[in-house]
Amino acid sequence: MSNYKYHILVCGGTGCVASQSPQIKASLEQKIAEHNLTNDVQVVTTGCFGFCEKGPIVKILPDNTFYTQVKPEDANEIINEHIIKGRKVTRLLYIDPKSSERKSDSKHMGFYQKQLRIALRNCGFINPENIDEYIARDGYAALAQVLETNDPQQTIDIIKKSGLRGRGGGGFPTGLKWEIASKNPADQKYMICNADEGDPGAFMDRSILEGDPHTVLEAMAIGGFCIGASKGLIYIRAEYPLAIRRLEIAIKQARELGLLGENILNSGFSFDIELYYGAGAFVCGEETAMIHSMEGNRGEPTFKPPFPAQEGYLKKPSNVNNVETFANIPVIILKGWEWFSSIGTKNSKGTKVFALAGQINNVGLIEVPMGITLREVIYEIGGGIKGGKKFKAVQTGGPSGGCLTEKFLDTPIDYDNLLAAGSMMGSGGMIVMDETSCMVSVAKFYLDFIVEESCGKCSPCRVGNKRLYELLDKITLGKGTIDDLNLLKNLSKVIKDTALCGLGQTSPNPVLSTIDNFWDEYLAHVVDHKCPAGQCKALKSYHIDPDNCIGCGVCARNCPVGAIKGEKKMPHEINQALCIKCGTCYEKCKFNAIFIK
Amino acid sequence: MEKIKSLSDLKKKREELQSNLKLREQGENIENAIVVKVAMATCGIASGAKQVMEVIINECNKRNIPAVVTQTGCMGYCYAEPTVEVTKPGEAPIVFGYITPLKAEELVTKYIAGNELLDGIIPVNYEKIDNK
Repeated sequence: MSNYKYHILVCGGTGCVASQSPQIKASLEQKIAEHNLTNDVQVVTTGCFGFCEKGPIVKILPDNTFYTQVKPEDANEIINEHIIKGRKVTRLLYIDPKSSERKSDSKHMGFYQKQLRIALRNCGFINPENIDEYIARDGYAALAQVLETNDPQQTIDIIKKSGLRGRGGGGFPTGLKWEIASKNPADQKYMICNADEGDPGAFMDRSILEGDPHTVLEAMAIGGFCIGASKGLIYIRAEYPLAIRRLEIAIKQARELGLLGENILNSGFSFDIELYYGAGAFVCGEETAMIHSMEGNRGEPTFKPPFPAQEGYLKKPSNVNNVETFANIPVIILKGWEWFSSIGTKNSKGTKVFALAGQINNVGLIEVPMGITLREVIYEIGGGIKGGKKFKAVQTGGPSGGCLTEKFLDTPIDYDNLLAAGSMMGSGGMIVMDETSCMVSVAKFYLDFIVEESCGKCSPCRVGNKRLYELLDKITLGKGTIDDLNLLKNLSKVIKDTALCGLGQTSPNPVLSTIDNFWDEYLAHVVDHKCPAGQCKALKSYHIDPDNCIGCGVCARNCPVGAIKGEKKMPHEINQALCIKCGTCYEKCKFNAIFIK
Repeated sequence: MEKIKSLSDLKKKREELQSNLKLREQGENIENAIVVKVAMATCGIASGAKQVMEVIINECNKRNIPAVVTQTGCMGYCYAEPTVEVTKPGEAPIVFGYITPLKAEELVTKYIAGNELLDGIIPVNYEKIDNK
């Protein structure tokens, strides 16, 4: 039994690792050794705490102190002050932006108060590279219970009754999916985990795999037992090296303890897991394309039916679930479907993990109960818009989703409400935009992504999206017409109706939802040739107000193309033919003499 | 590594391992835990505060008392070292002075586990800014 008096948890998620958390851990350990405290203080690398905006995070227990933006050189003060003298290092505590008070523990931080962590329950709490810590948190107990009950249908019923729906995007009921796969007889079936997280700005799955890999392995084994699969396959992007490393360690540890492999817990059930690396193609997140990629073929989708549950990997019945879906399974088994279904809304049970990004104060990873409003997420957890600017829209569902505007701020977030509002749950990316975002450019950004990522198999997606992109580009250059807007709408509808796979069918969504919500902004671009947000370079011009200009010449000296001329102490002028609209003069002028038209 | 062969094996292993995380679990629920602070400044350490802390941790573990035992700096009662502050949930903190290792055991059995007060209570003569 350990006699540690303090546990120091250091975040080991990709974000914090990039800002030197391994060095922080090393310097903490060095200082602990210098003070002869190695038997009293344990330093643990954990998964993501979610509060990436203020990383790297260091948490000290048992007094639950939450230090933000820690640097390796702070280790000395943390050990000397906090551990030895029992005084908190105030300057590293989180400052509440509203009250400007320093908060010493996460329970009093707005970012954590509204969260409910089910899928992320162990992230930022256990060491993901140590199976013992997972077992101490009831790890593998759900698998043991399922194997002891020895009734796959009973477990499937629990998942069905819990109301759990796929967290990867579509929201298909997980229990039903398992039931269908279980009913197709075959000599070999496969349980597949889709860890090909591809939406721009989304990192939920990565954080779960980095912070709590065993929960995914355990859930895959449970699912394998339920559908009658002895093999588990995880399709993970090669861009996630840390998640891959932790999964490999976890698989090795689980095998050593006999929790994966032959005859698990003497039940007669055998299950093992293999990793497949994706090369980072967005379309491979689509289940049929993913299966083809795993088989060694081109990652292209095929028409459904046959569904993977009928004919999947190597033409055998396969069940594909997303990482976050799996992370919910063991808790549902242990705590019961009644508990899980008491959380959330009528048709969307449980919680959802979102990656908050964009123009928001608290960028990070959050898990909230279904039914929470966007307002709560953005203003209470997210801490509001950066720089006190005005909220404009939030993009959910990635390239397949859409933009939600102010009128949806009080809509409870669940699968059905987001669909009705013209967006979708998607995998959980949430990009917040302020008043300086041009919605035509946002649509163009997503279309650019789609054009880049389209696999090219069907022409609506390959050619149609390229044409959509060209139209949007034309509009942002100020050359668009009203006819172009109609063409955009029509073409979008055609792509939606005719594309082969789910990704193609949803690819025009960013265009349609911005047209629906921001029609005036499109009109301003094509009729007045103006970009209301001032983002489209071609549609803005810089001018000097002769009344305010004192002729100091700062703008002229800083202009990289020499477009500004004028006599000393006389109002200057900008040569529009030369101006590249870089905005340098605007930033440099101290007299507010430069304005954008 | 020895393999886990049954549900009861797993349960046994879990029980063995749970104590390693106990400190973290309690920290998450610190408002429901009994918080014991041992003054560990030079004067405290010189009068045996380190041993006192060991005794309190071991006695609490033995009795499965959900107590969070931490060390703190000088509380200012140097004449009465070692000093220990105990805060029960929802109650005002009480500071005990002259806590020898022997008395530490008594502190756990009588006050922390039960609710019986001990000799050597030091009247708290300060207010903390976090309650202000």
